[in-house]
Amino acid sequence: MSGIPHDHYEPKTNGEKWLHNRLPIVGLLYDTIMIPTPKNLNWMWIWGIVLTFCLVLQIVTGIILAMHYTPHVDMAFASVEHIMRNVNGGHFIRYLHMNGASLFFVAVYLHIFRGLYYGSYKAPREVTWIIGMLIYLAMMGTAFMGYVLPWGQMSFWGATVITGLFGAIPFIGEAIQTWLLGGPAVDNATLNRFFSLHYLLPFVIAALVALHIWAFHTTGNNNPTGVDVRRGSKTEAQKDTVSFWPYFVIKDLFALAVIMVIFFAIVGFMPNYLGHPDNYIEANPLLTPAHIVPEWYFLPFYAILRAFTSDVWVVMFASWITGGIINAKFFGVLAMFGSIIVMALAPWLDTSSVRSGRYRPMFKWWFWLLVVDFVVLMWAGAMPAEPPYSIISLIGAAYWFAYFLVILPLLGVIEKPEAQPATIEDDFDAHYGKAQTPAE
Amino acid sequence: MFRKTGIAALAALSLSTGGAFAAGGEGHIEDVAFSFEGPFGKFDQLQLQRGLKVYTQVCSACHGLQYVPLRTLADEGGPHLPADQMRAYSEQFEVYDDDLDDFRTAKPTDHFPMSQLESAPDLSLMAKKRAGFHGPYGTGLSQLFNGMGGPEYIYSLMTGYHESPECAPEDFPGSYNSAFTAGGYPDECKDEHGHPTVPGSWISMAQPLWGDDVEFDDGTAATLEQEAEDVAAFLMWTAEPKMMARKDAGLTGVIFLTVLSVLLYLTNKRIWKPIKHRKG
Repeated sequence: MSGIPHDHYEPKTNGEKWLHNRLPIVGLLYDTIMIPTPKNLNWMWIWGIVLTFCLVLQIVTGIILAMHYTPHVDMAFASVEHIMRNVNGGHFIRYLHMNGASLFFVAVYLHIFRGLYYGSYKAPREVTWIIGMLIYLAMMGTAFMGYVLPWGQMSFWGATVITGLFGAIPFIGEAIQTWLLGGPAVDNATLNRFFSLHYLLPFVIAALVALHIWAFHTTGNNNPTGVDVRRGSKTEAQKDTVSFWPYFVIKDLFALAVIMVIFFAIVGFMPNYLGHPDNYIEANPLLTPAHIVPEWYFLPFYAILRAFTSDVWVVMFASWITGGIINAKFFGVLAMFGSIIVMALAPWLDTSSVRSGRYRPMFKWWFWLLVVDFVVLMWAGAMPAEPPYSIISLIGAAYWFAYFLVILPLLGVIEKPEAQPATIEDDFDAHYGKAQTPAE
Repeated sequence: MFRKTGIAALAALSLSTGGAFAAGGEGHIEDVAFSFEGPFGKFDQLQLQRGLKVYTQVCSACHGLQYVPLRTLADEGGPHLPADQMRAYSEQFEVYDDDLDDFRTAKPTDHFPMSQLESAPDLSLMAKKRAGFHGPYGTGLSQLFNGMGGPEYIYSLMTGYHESPECAPEDFPGSYNSAFTAGGYPDECKDEHGHPTVPGSWISMAQPLWGDDVEFDDGTAATLEQEAEDVAAFLMWTAEPKMMARKDAGLTGVIFLTVLSVLLYLTNKRIWKPIKHRKG
């Protein structure tokens, strides 16, 4: 599967040959697990395994929860309490599922920012990057719909606000919103379809993950230097790589175990810390909570959504030029989706010939500013929509777009990159010392 | 959009329930050192039994516990009543039976009754839905480091009834409570910027606990503070009845995974050793 030369599976026994000639599945698994992997990968390359684990955890716990959950507006909230009180181990499974979503997003953000820093999105890995962005979008959809299912106050009002975004689309918005909700407002039809889709989408994600892995197994992994693996011959490739099993499987499992220690401490000792207490109040369409706040992982994009109010000049300009079709609300929706689209377009917006941020002296600063920007937006998204938070959100949103649309294209032209190591082996040896004879 | 919902929320909340920071000033929340705080904290069985008594003799006149099955009163890690006491306790309630289309005496498999008054919120999850003070700056740090949560809120609400501040007009509806933030608030008690000058707000529930409302079986003096603390602990149990089991499972997980981490660390070090030819 990989373009890097390596040993392939050879069926030895008659039984193996029999199967291999009919379905080469063992060979496929062998090639996947034995893929040559750059030996200089650092600890930021562990998040893929953590994410795979999260997907499995969410699917397994989710299937168990679905056995006891009732998607009906009159019974959903009580059925969650039934899980918490009467189902054997139900309280722990539910807390695993609830906090599993948070772990999923922690890991995906670190994974995405790793890709942004080391230029993993650049040629030839654009398709891997685009599929990754699709996975991220599917994750957001799944998490959003999952949060509606307990039918608490934040479930209901979050669903009302977010589906209201589609209502902001000019002309057809209201029709789309009604179609999504299955009625004029968030009600039983909405809860039922969200349950159905919340069950379906994880399997779509699983399929996308398979494509994601297939894509980067075709191009080979990126690595902290961004320098390509030499692939002239097997011997040459072996100087730059080690096989995924056992070297990276064990390393990744070690990292996963450490992360699981923290995860179990949170689930066991403070499972509601990341949640919103209002969601322990059953949904009440007649009673709006004082602050409608999405889950933490949506906050940066929620801040961008709210940043563009009608008194911002770009909004006024857009409104004037379109004769009022683009109002502040629709502009905010466009900005929110746009903020993810510009990130997806990073492979074509980044003009630098150097892949890894490690050798890009100016890029580094802008990148870390983007990380700070992300955290600030997350914080601003949790604050009320009023000064000074609104202006902070606006500055943060402006930087987000500037990074992808202005800074990345310009840096490639004006920046003078530093010298890169000739090979991955050089980088590895610089760190761990040159290969010595076994006699020593 | 959000400002509008905010105003609607204030209007709705001023009637009955609500979250922190809705109206009025910040509520005054006392930090109570409950036995169940922290990773190793456990429910105090006698305290839960005392809290149950306060709930039964005072709160249950208006408030229900609709999500709590009566049989769980006998569960380990909770009030842990002997089975016969739990059965006897259950029999004091009348529940509506769909099959009979009539009321009948409650069985252990039934739940506590629902609230008697429509304006009285159910208390099953009160300790969890009032858990977040989210300060400072929305980080929830006081919740994390001081263990400030729902039970502290309930304690502060029960002990937060005071004489109406001088600024308030005599006929302002409700009772002044220094912990309750979701109620009505007189304009007379705001400064020139519209900020409240006294903590809390006015609550429609009259002061329920005064001290000596119940007689505790274990001889504990039934002061207001004692009753408030006990009922707060009891309501934490009704909100999170599996807390002990959860902490045990969490601790088992942490220990097991720590051992696994160490083993994997050593394995990782060993298999990489031939690859990483160390200098010198």
